[in-house]
Parts: sequence; structure tokens; C-alpha cells
Amino acid sequence: MDFSFTEEQTLLRNMVQSFVQDNYDFDSRMKIVRSEEGMSREIWGQFAELGLLAAPFSEELGGLDGGPIDIMVIMEELGRGLVVEPYLPTVVLCGGILSRHASPAQQEANLPGILGGESIWALAYSEPQSRFNASDVLTSAKADGEGYVLNGTKAVVAAAPWADKFIVSARISGEQRDRNGIGLFIVDKSAAGVSTQDYPTVDGNRASEVTFENVAVSGDALIGSAETGLSILEEALDHGIGAICAESLGHMKSLNDATVEYCKTRKQFGVPIGSFQVLQHRMVDMFMEYEQSVSMTYMVNMKLNEGEEERKKAASGAKVQIGKSGRFVGQEAVQLHGGMGMTEELSVGHYFKRLTVIDTQFGNVDHHLKRFASA
Amino acid sequence: MDVDFTSEDQAFRAEVRKFIEDNYPKHLIGADRGDLSKEDFLAWHKILAEKGWVAPSWPEEFGGTGWSVTQKYIWNEESAAFGTIPPLPFGVAMLGPVIYTFGNQAQKDWVLPGIKSGDTWWCQGYSEPGAGSDLAGLKTRAVRDGDDYIVNGHKIWTTLAQHADWMFCLVRTGTEGKPQAGISFLLIDMKTPGITVRPIITIDGGHEVNEVFLEDVRVPAEHLVGEEDKGWTIAKFLLGNERSGIAGVARSKKAIDRLREIARGELEDGAPLLDSSDFSRKISELEIDLTALEYTELRTLASESKGQGPGPESSILKIKGTEIQQRITELTMEAVGNYASPWVPQLDRGDNYLSIGPDHAEGVSQTYFNTRKTSIYGGSNEIQRNIIAKMVLGL
Ligand SMILES: Cc1cc2nc3c(=O)[nH]c(=O)nc-3n(C[C@H](O)[C@H](O)[C@H](O)COP(=O)(O)OP(=O)(O)OC[C@H]3O[C@@H](n4cnc5c(N)ncnc54)[C@H](O)[C@@H]3O)c2cc1C
Repeated sequence: MDFSFTEEQTLLRNMVQSFVQDNYDFDSRMKIVRSEEGMSREIWGQFAELGLLAAPFSEELGGLDGGPIDIMVIMEELGRGLVVEPYLPTVVLCGGILSRHASPAQQEANLPGILGGESIWALAYSEPQSRFNASDVLTSAKADGEGYVLNGTKAVVAAAPWADKFIVSARISGEQRDRNGIGLFIVDKSAAGVSTQDYPTVDGNRASEVTFENVAVSGDALIGSAETGLSILEEALDHGIGAICAESLGHMKSLNDATVEYCKTRKQFGVPIGSFQVLQHRMVDMFMEYEQSVSMTYMVNMKLNEGEEERKKAASGAKVQIGKSGRFVGQEAVQLHGGMGMTEELSVGHYFKRLTVIDTQFGNVDHHLKRFASA
Repeated sequence: MDVDFTSEDQAFRAEVRKFIEDNYPKHLIGADRGDLSKEDFLAWHKILAEKGWVAPSWPEEFGGTGWSVTQKYIWNEESAAFGTIPPLPFGVAMLGPVIYTFGNQAQKDWVLPGIKSGDTWWCQGYSEPGAGSDLAGLKTRAVRDGDDYIVNGHKIWTTLAQHADWMFCLVRTGTEGKPQAGISFLLIDMKTPGITVRPIITIDGGHEVNEVFLEDVRVPAEHLVGEEDKGWTIAKFLLGNERSGIAGVARSKKAIDRLREIARGELEDGAPLLDSSDFSRKISELEIDLTALEYTELRTLASESKGQGPGPESSILKIKGTEIQQRITELTMEAVGNYASPWVPQLDRGDNYLSIGPDHAEGVSQTYFNTRKTSIYGGSNEIQRNIIAKMVLGL
């Protein structure tokens, strides 16, 4: 049994941590969030230079030969800084799909852009009616000669306003919720018939409603096949869960540190409020929620490359844990800060809001309880 | 024991319901508090003022309605069921009772009519950066200078001060003895030189609270309510009134109806979310909690109508009421799934703003974020538990 990190992983953590400290303090973060574009291309370029965008990929693909644990380390530190740059959709979700399932030609055409920081990707899979069921797909992909024609709308596609490429789930055959017949397509955002309605989200990120109207793609835009599309997608979403679990650890840790610090210094009734036992116990509960979340996050990231059944159960279990813990820690951090916790000026509320969105992202507690039970 | 309404009560219910339906401003039906202009806030207030129904809880001699406890309850229920924007609490619920209880004749004569008509907008200047839960720790100083007080200090979290004409304010006039001893209750004209109001934006993006800076603000001594240094009794009297209305049972009922409606419209695997046993069970739990609170409130009202004032038990109403409100907003956000994420700008929405997803999803997360305030203000829920522990359980 060994829960220690390798030397490389520790170096990686230190590097990301100091990068975030030096370049992504709360004020800088809010400047980026409030800017026209809502992300910083400069920061993204630095991610590339630091090798973060190459970290999880194999050496054959030009990467640094890391894996889920390296992503976990990176995401945790990005979480501490509430970083909005699209590491999750570009590297973890889309990069992950490409590296595991794309043909060598597709990899050659697309991965260098991701590793080099030249292209940003978004995973367009949820639909207005689909809620958390990735197999509920109405967007259609009709075979047309060698290629396909896509029609449909994808909902709340994270990072889509910044992306130049999408991976889109679309139905090649079968009924609305059939598990078979879903294909994953690489689509250029600039392709004719693709349109987006962009908006900010409550956690300081950006998303879009993406509409495909008779978008023609070639046959080699399809990743895998119609038979494997859904399982490739579900695997990617589980990797996404492993990553946002880690991200949420960064949030919870930051909130717990900030709350303990605040309660030590904030005085009411002539004493630090941290001297009230009821608040001490609350902070102990917050700490325990965090520790349990750390455990589940390690667990899921160690099991992402196991068999499908084990992976699903691990991912759903971890997602339930961080959904509940994140909610508790976020709410209580605000509560213990009193009126200050309600202000836009303090980072506390922003961590709380990101944790709130994470609870829904890739399926909420109820969804994953059910999935856990049936896995 | 009997909780049925009499036929007179039923007739009263029909009357007030009809009045609301006939007179409530159409453009404010379903309006969201975050979007309201000053005029919007006051529109219904002014209609009620005309009718003489703006302050049902006041004694009749000062303009109350003379309704029984049951009738007031019915009025609140009907108002909430329709979803009216209630008169702002600062004048009607908070300051009014202070003035007719502690004020002199001159103060009654000018303050009460302005509250009723809605012509004077009041804000509450209690909290300070260093004095939140420990209100008696307040430091804003008022020093007597001839016929005036000169006030210096810093108030914070002052709700809707950006619209206020006047502020009722706790100030320190004495520094001897216990901190509660040297506090006075002062009425301050917000147009007086030396007052600066600075907005605080909350995590939902709204501008609801402010900081108020007072720098050498000259306040005529006639605006002192009660005696100098005796303001703490008044301050606490007011907080007692603030808490009693806070259960919000009728409004929570309405919010649960809306939640159910939303869950009926949301789909999970093609079926209404409301049909999912996981989700409907959570709504049921909430509804049962609310029923318990409703009966607890009715029991409190019943003893009130026998002349017993609201005791420390009203802290139960505050804690449970706000926990239920928070849970409703949480489940409403959960119901809309992915469409809880889009951010709805509250300030500077602009003309080309397009809403994302179904209408019923708009702003639900922001309402959830905003509602976190309810366990913080009005005496935090921790402070309420302290009150019950001490005053009820004798710990
Ligand atoms: C949206 C909003 C609107 C408001 N409107 C107004 C207004 O119009 N006018 C006005 O005067 N004020 C207003 N307030 C202020 C409100 O009354 C205070 O926020 C509240 O009293 C708490 O004070 P604080 O924020 O300083 O928190 P603190 O008192 O610093 O409390 C911080 C935390 O410590 C806990 N705590 C404190 N003391 C104890 C204790 N003895 N035992 C256990 N726990 C304790 C609290 O419960 C809280 O969780 C408003 C606040 C908000 C958020």
C-alpha cells in the first residue's frame, strides 16, 4: 500500500502551486473573469510552456507520460486558484478521448495543437432534454456519402465560447435513449452551420448553447464507431469526474483554511469567534468532509484505468462524496464568515459557487447514487 | 383544539383575495426582487396605503386595521399565495412599532404618516464592521453639540440604503459601564452632508446592501427616540419584531408549489422529474417540515392572541423558517439540472440580453446563493440557538 506521490508528481505540484500563487491571485482571477473574453490566452500559453498541457499524454503522443494522478495533482492546484482556463475540457476530456480512442491520423492532426496550447476544445454532449443521461441524444448524424450531416443543439457546453474544436455526440442510428448508435465527431467551430450562443456561468466560467444545422463532416471525423461512441464518452466523463473531484479538493481546502483563519481573527463579544465551541465543531465537520473527499478522490483516480464496472462505481461514489461535502463546506464557509461571506469581494463566495456547479457537472448526487447502485 | 376557520374568516379571506386580484399592479406579478426599481418596491405599498391596509399589525389608533390575529394570518397567507411584494419591513414592521411605543408626540406625528404612505423610505443602521452578532459592540459615535448630535462612524450591510430617505441608527452616546448602556436610537436624514453610501455587491450579483459612512453628520437632537443612552431596550424590542415575521410559511408554501411545477416540467429520461421517487420524496420531506413549522407558528399566534407576547420561542420560527427557505432554493436549483449554470446579469442587463434554457430556470442558482443570507441576518441561526439554549432551556 502506498499513498505517496512520486518525486515528479511532487515537483509538478510545487510548480503548479507556485505558478498559481504568482500569476493567479484572486484579483488577477477576477480581472480575467470580467474581461471581454473571460479567459487569459497568455496564461494558457504559459500552461503549454510549463508542460501542463502535455502532462497526461504518453511520450509517443508527445506527452510527458503522466496519467490520472498527475491530472489530479494539477487540478487540485488549479482549484485552489479557481482557475477558469479550460484545462478540463481541452486536456482531460477531449485530449483524453483523442489519446485513448482516436486513430493515429486523428491524433496526429489534433493532439499537437492541444499539447502546444494552440487549440482549445470543448466536449459537446449534453442536450436541453438530456439532463445527466449521456445516452439521451437527439442530435443526429446522418450518413451522407463518405461523411455525415449533423443537426441538433447541445446545452451548456463548458468552454465553448473559447473553443476552436468540438467533440460532439450525435446519433447515427437508434432511438433517443438507445445506448447504441451514438457517434463522437470532431467538428470545427468554424464549420458551416455551427453557431453558438455564449454566456457566462455562475462559477465565473463561460459556456454556450451550440447549434448544428446541416453541418457536413467527413467520415474521418468520427472517433471510434457508432458501437463504441457512448462507452468512450462515459469513460471520458468519468475521467472528468476524477479531475473535478481533485479540483474541488482545492476549493474545499482553500475554504477551510480561510474559515479557520477568519474565525481566529474575527472578534465578537470580545473574543475570537473561533473560541465558540459550536463553530469549532462546525469547522471540524468541514475538515472531516474534506478528508473524506481526499480519500474518495485518490480512490477514483487510482481506479480510472480499471475495468468499466469498477471505474463507474468508483466515479459515481466519488462524485456523490464531493457533491455532498462540497455543498456542506461551501455553505458553512459562507455562514461562518457572516455578512462578509455574502460579498462578491471575498473569494469565499466564488469557491462556494464553483463547488455548487461541480455538484451538477457530470451528474448530481441523485444521479450518481442511482448509477452507483446499478453499477 | 380546533384549527378550522369560521365563516367570518372565510368571508374575510374571499374579500382580501379579491382585493389583491383586482388591485395588484399587473406588471409586478411574478417580479423578481433583484430587478425592482424604487417605484416598483413602493407600488403595492401605495395601493395598500390608500386602502388603509399597509400596517395591519399596528394598533388602530395609529392606522392599524384592527384585524384579529387570525385575520392577519389570512392576510399574510393570501398575499404570499398571490406573490405580492410586501411593504418594506424597515418602516412598517421595524420602525413603526418603535415610534408608537417609544416616540414622543412630535415623532409620532411626522414619522408614522410617512411610513404608511410610503413617502419616507427607511433603512436600518444597526450593524457595523466590528459589530454584527455582537451588536452592542457598535462604535459609531454621537456627541452632543448644542441642539445637535455630531455623528461619526461606519455602518455596513444597510439593506437598500441606496433608496433610503432616512435611516434609524444605533449610535454610541456613552462609553461608561456595560457596552449596552451607552447606546442611543437616532433618526438620520440621508441627505445630511457627511453621509456617503457605498454599494456592496453580493454573490448573486445583486446590489441589495451597502456601507454607510458618517463623517461629522449633524443630527438635530429632536431626532433622538427615547432617552439618551437608553437605546438598547428599543434596539432589542425592534429585533423581536424583526424575528416574528421571518418564518415566511405562506411564501414557502408558494415556493414549494412552484418547485413542484418546475419538477413537472423538467425531464429525466423522458419522464417528468416529479415522477422520480428520489426527487418527489425530497419535496415531501420539505413539505412536512413546513407543515410542522406552520403549526408551530399557529401555536405561537394562538398564545399571542391570548395576550402572551412572542417569547424566545420565536427563534424557532426564524431558524426553521430560514432553513426551509434555503432548502427550497437548493432543490429548485437541483430541479433545473444543467440550466442552473447560466448567470443572469442583475445590474446592467442591457437590451440584447437573451435568456438561456427554460424560463423557469432563470436565476435559480442566484436565488439560492442570495438566500444563504437568511441564516446570517436577523440574528444569525447560531445566535438564535444561543437564545433558545439560554432563555428556553436555561443552559
Ligand atoms: C443580506 C444582508 C442584509 C442585511 N441587512 C441589514 C440591515 O439592513 N441593517 C443592519 O443593520 N444589518 C443588516 N445585516 C447585517 C446582519 O444583521 C449581520 O450580518 C449579522 O448580525 C451577523 O453579523 P456579522 O455579519 O458581523 O457576522 P459575525 O457576527 O462576525 O458572525 C460570524 C459567524 O460567527 C457566528 N457567531 C457569532 N457570534 C457567535 C456566538 N456567540 N456563538 C456562536 N456563533 C457565533 C455567526 O453566527 C456567524 O456564523 C444584513 C446582513 C446581510 C447578509
